[in-house]
Amino acid sequence: MDFYTGLMSVSQPSPQPLLSIEDVHLAFGGLKALDGASLTIMPGRLTALIGPNGAGKTTLFNVISGLLRADSGRVALTAADGARHPLERETPDRINRLGLVRTFQIARGLPKMSVFEHLMLYGPRQPGESLLRLISDARAVRDHEAALAEKALAVARRVRLDHLLDNRVTALSGGQKKLLEIGRALMAEPRLILFDEPAAGVNPTLAEEIGDQLRAIVAEGRTVLLIEHDMALVSRVADHVIVLALGRKLAEGSFDAVREDAEVQRAYLGVRVEMAA
Amino acid sequence: MVNYLIFILVVAGVYALLAQSLTLSWGLTGLVNLGLVGFFAIGAYASAMTTKWAGWPIPLGIAFSILVGLGVGFLVTISTLRLRDDYLAIVTLGFAEVVRLVASNEIWLTGGTDGIAGVPSIVPRAWGPNYHITMLVIVTSLAITVHLLLNHLASSPWGRALRAVREDQVVAAVAGKPVVLLKAQAFSIAAAIAALAGAIYGHYTSYVAPEIYQPLITIYVFLAVTAGGVGRPLGALIGSYLLIGFLELTRFMAEVVPGVTPVQAAATREIMVGLALILLLRLRPDGLLPERNQRAPKPVAVHPKGTTS
Repeated sequence: MDFYTGLMSVSQPSPQPLLSIEDVHLAFGGLKALDGASLTIMPGRLTALIGPNGAGKTTLFNVISGLLRADSGRVALTAADGARHPLERETPDRINRLGLVRTFQIARGLPKMSVFEHLMLYGPRQPGESLLRLISDARAVRDHEAALAEKALAVARRVRLDHLLDNRVTALSGGQKKLLEIGRALMAEPRLILFDEPAAGVNPTLAEEIGDQLRAIVAEGRTVLLIEHDMALVSRVADHVIVLALGRKLAEGSFDAVREDAEVQRAYLGVRVEMAA
Repeated sequence: MVNYLIFILVVAGVYALLAQSLTLSWGLTGLVNLGLVGFFAIGAYASAMTTKWAGWPIPLGIAFSILVGLGVGFLVTISTLRLRDDYLAIVTLGFAEVVRLVASNEIWLTGGTDGIAGVPSIVPRAWGPNYHITMLVIVTSLAITVHLLLNHLASSPWGRALRAVREDQVVAAVAGKPVVLLKAQAFSIAAAIAALAGAIYGHYTSYVAPEIYQPLITIYVFLAVTAGGVGRPLGALIGSYLLIGFLELTRFMAEVVPGVTPVQAAATREIMVGLALILLLRLRPDGLLPERNQRAPKPVAVHPKGTTS
């Protein structure tokens, strides 16, 4: 049922970047949140996007996922068939349907919906969401719904929320909400997942578990772009690190290479300790 | 007395239709539609004008009013796309007032404040008591049919997507749901249901005039839905019958209290309605029947293998 594992597996890296961002500018009044950001995300690996607060990381996520429109610049996603889709004029729902899903820094639950419904909601290409097919193709709707429910149960087990399926999200702890964000993203069958600080505000044990979850996602052939301030986590899970500062790329490379970079150390106010894994 | 009871039940059935409409737009999709009575009026006029003046058969007139409701609902959605919550509420409230003012003043089109008298009835009035009973059967079965349809839609993946839009539009969009399309569908269908209620009510009372379509009707339907359960079609259905029953009961209760003038009695009635709502919401904040969540199926056996695939 996973359409992409074969296409995008780590052992057959495609020479083409999965996501390319070219010279993106976005200003909020006088504040240049993105100031010529250019980066490429290669498929099948976990790229971490780090940088000091206010570097423009979340703003960049918002531009990629269609929640914000850049003033200028290009964003393109390579589709499963190899065609490049420009994203800069697309709406968030269409970007999702191209195989890109994102999470939020502060977990955004839908208060009156249960954990199970959250997972079901993220199911892609649901025939039951079309009024026409609800009437004309009730059987396909029912079958799809049953298959999706199976998948939701599996994903819930994977993120260890299967005992809470029928609870509304308001009953979840902060850490469980973070796990649900991961679960929702998995339900969308995405090729690229943008994680915005999935381990922010959780205890070290859970942070480690979230790290394992991220590696497992990459291991099954998906591509991950991760914003994270927890350097221990980044050093453990990232294949590649991109440093953003003042709205543009400052450096990139392996975690160790980036850590030794003098420019990067200056951007982090010269605090070497902060960068230590 | 029997005819009076039947009349009350027919009115309650019409309110039940309106409450289903509001459950769809507000309860499920979160679109605060304070212009509900406007769609009710449009439906009444559309069917009354075509059947009375153009001589269309009644079923065609009713079908036409549903289509007009659908169309006008769609126009209102696309013209208020960027509005949410209070702002949408204000605009829709204004919409209902515009409908009422147009009906009052565009005499060439609507007959003005005189309204349209002698709207053809669905079954012959000459049937006497049987007329009312037949109408009761028609209205009640319509309300139940619409309710069953709405229940089916509300528990479908489409309904789930609507509820996601209500809870957080951004999350719904990021989850790949076409937010604008979903809102337009929900609001237009809700408008069509309200128009259907209007058409039926117009044919039943045989009189359609601007002063009938007061904002108070919208408020009453909001009361019915709030009391019954927001986002639960069955709650809205029961809430409507309870509301109308309560409104009629208080009419008598105010009369039996000694020493009150009719004006005071009318005021007492409104007070009792308000008190009852406060009491209900203190005791059952989510209404009589709270919104239901889709239950997860029980796993048949635990397979720790394959997850997303």
